[in-house]
Amino acid sequence: MVMESLDAFRQRARDWLAGNLPRLPADAQPWNGMRVGTDEARRAKELQALLFEAGFAGLCFPKEYGGQGLAPEYQRAFGEEAQSYEMPLLFNTPTFTIIAPTILDLGTEAQKRRHLPAMIRGEELWVQFMSEPSGGSDLAGAITSAKFDGDNYLLNGSKIWSSYAAFSDYAICLARTDWDAVKHQGLTMFIVKIHQPGVEVNQIRQSDGGAEFCQEFFDDVPIPLENVLGKVNDGWTSAQRLLFHERSASGGASPYAVGVSGRRRDTVEDLVRLARARERSDDSHVRDLIAEIHVLQTVQAQTIERVTKGIASQGLPPTSGAVPRLFGSLNGVRRSDVTFEIAGTESIAWERADSPSTVGNDYIFRQAWSLGGGSVEMQRNIISERVLGMPREAAADRGIPFKEVRRNAPSK
Amino acid sequence: MALRRLSIGGNLDFDLTQEQQLFADTTRRFLADESDLAAVRELAESDVGFDAAWWQRAAELGWISLMVDESAGGLGLGSQGILYVGVVAEEVGRALAPGPLLPCSVVAATLSRSGNASQRSEVLPALVAGEATASWCFAEGGRSWSADAVQLEAKREGSSYRLRGVKAPVEAAGQAQHLLVSARCDGELTQFLVPADAEGVTIEALEGLDLARRFARVRFDDVQADEDSLVGSPGSAEQDIEQQLQLALAISCSESAGAVARVFDFTLEWVFDRYSFGRPLASYQALKHRFADMKTYLEGCHASVSAALHAMADGSAEAAMLVRVAKAFVGERAPAIVQECVQMHGGIGVTWEHDIHLYLRRVASNRVTFGEPREHRASIAGRLGI
Repeated sequence: MVMESLDAFRQRARDWLAGNLPRLPADAQPWNGMRVGTDEARRAKELQALLFEAGFAGLCFPKEYGGQGLAPEYQRAFGEEAQSYEMPLLFNTPTFTIIAPTILDLGTEAQKRRHLPAMIRGEELWVQFMSEPSGGSDLAGAITSAKFDGDNYLLNGSKIWSSYAAFSDYAICLARTDWDAVKHQGLTMFIVKIHQPGVEVNQIRQSDGGAEFCQEFFDDVPIPLENVLGKVNDGWTSAQRLLFHERSASGGASPYAVGVSGRRRDTVEDLVRLARARERSDDSHVRDLIAEIHVLQTVQAQTIERVTKGIASQGLPPTSGAVPRLFGSLNGVRRSDVTFEIAGTESIAWERADSPSTVGNDYIFRQAWSLGGGSVEMQRNIISERVLGMPREAAADRGIPFKEVRRNAPSK
Repeated sequence: MALRRLSIGGNLDFDLTQEQQLFADTTRRFLADESDLAAVRELAESDVGFDAAWWQRAAELGWISLMVDESAGGLGLGSQGILYVGVVAEEVGRALAPGPLLPCSVVAATLSRSGNASQRSEVLPALVAGEATASWCFAEGGRSWSADAVQLEAKREGSSYRLRGVKAPVEAAGQAQHLLVSARCDGELTQFLVPADAEGVTIEALEGLDLARRFARVRFDDVQADEDSLVGSPGSAEQDIEQQLQLALAISCSESAGAVARVFDFTLEWVFDRYSFGRPLASYQALKHRFADMKTYLEGCHASVSAALHAMADGSAEAAMLVRVAKAFVGERAPAIVQECVQMHGGIGVTWEHDIHLYLRRVASNRVTFGEPREHRASIAGRLGI
């Protein structure tokens, strides 16, 4: 069979999109992964199923796993054409850009055939069970345990900060399977069905009043042996693969993404609107602030592009993905400050009849920018130690069985 | 285990073509062989900002031919020439080399684009060969570095013009043979190329922060300029001035990014080699985290400069915005990173003996020339429609 040319593919995509997907309204807000609920999850699954039926899903995934086996430029072309349409962007992260490539790398043939086509058909949304309440930065210090009882592993413990877990289907979960081994050698990565007896999913109420993140509790949850992803007690290697894909995806460069946001986050349109609404757009200080944010966001996007190229051409080490992440975190904080400043009084007191000011609450939640996806302190450790080669921090948990490692004091 | 740096300050661009890479290597070798900081320090003690023979050898490498048409003795690279100029400027910044790269590039590019036959056939080849140099008389003292602020008067008298006004600071005017003057004729922007020794031109040397760069105040007291000295037609210089400003910003930002990359490299080496309390400074998390921030903003400097250069090379409508974004960012960050590196050096960092202040002088000076970051943010706000 002759491969369809890129131009012909693009035209076919354009025609199909125009006839089958709703266009985004002109004033649509940028895609915001932090504002997702059950309705959004259901809608994303419907849209993904539509794409699948039309042959536009999983463009870069191998054909044997439900994809189209196309080169990355086809996905890019489709993403460009689909920018102004409603798309199942919820599937991007982590399902398609982080979990799926990890399963492609490490999964058994049965795992790939079981899950990848289901993702591509829009039936399975996935999340990551990585962080734990005992501490988010020290990923390899996981204390959620999985003990083999002869038939299954039994999962006990708790995970936290998993976005969308309440309305997702499966999770990738890092748990401790050998407490006598040293820290990094007693972990195993599992595939866990979320909605089953023994798993309790609670939504966490955030400081801004929202509830986008979840905490899960596991009580003797049985995990069959065939759900080990990678090797038993080699879960840290699996986690490294996962983190590699997470870093690669952060620049928006993953060929497995379903599309790109039609409304770029890196614009200052909403700040301009806010300044006009508050009649402050003539204030030279406000104009300076808006321009400053425009500069930061432009340079952030340029830095993502540069670092992606640098990693690809081996001019920069792969760990350099932490550079744009740190940049983004610092910019997020600055943007939050600037927004709060431009909004002025109306962000702290408003008419009962008006909808609540999101600006004030966004400010309250500001540090989430410096915590989510790895705290800025961890990004700084990665950059200094693994990009610049500066000496590693001392650690008190190396070379001893993990069960002897000192942990948090019991809560009072 | 031996401590080792994994990465250096890096290049501006990761996708240089083979030709560009070769050009970068040649430039870097030349600067390594023919320019050192001891020479820069010697220049600080003299009245001239650069050695004319040295400049001619630099020009022989093609530095001023990059933005010039083949018909006028240039390389004929078209708009892609700017990418090579960026490479030279970055290396010049890294080596902190002296020389009128910026003013000569700006004047040469404009003469190639808008100059008349005699300007193209007589002045331009001499600039390209490094036999003559030129300066751009643009800023007027305390006013902003923008076309709007140009007030030097060009009064029409029959078929010639009389120039009256003061330009300052003008880079390398003291050694220039030609002056490109941005003026107003009947209120409209108009440019002239006049000899530096024309009657009525007075060039007063200024003292400067950058030891290897000389600025001057240039007075035009009823300088006669005939029709042949017009660059382009009267009243139509707005486009040329915008192109000149973009090129000047691109060069100074490339240079600052190169300078910061070099400072970052030797500062990182320093903290590996320097021990306190029995451990290298590089092992202290308080310092490591600051290096991480510096590395992040350094990559941002490279990224913004590279994006601006590519937009200019592609003739993109976004170039005007992106070059100002680069200036707003690099102008702010480059001196901030170098100051942070001074801190990393401790007391030695604030001595005359240590070279770091030479770099700080260059990037601080570049922050101011062609507009402070704040001026460019004002321009950016306007371009955003507010």
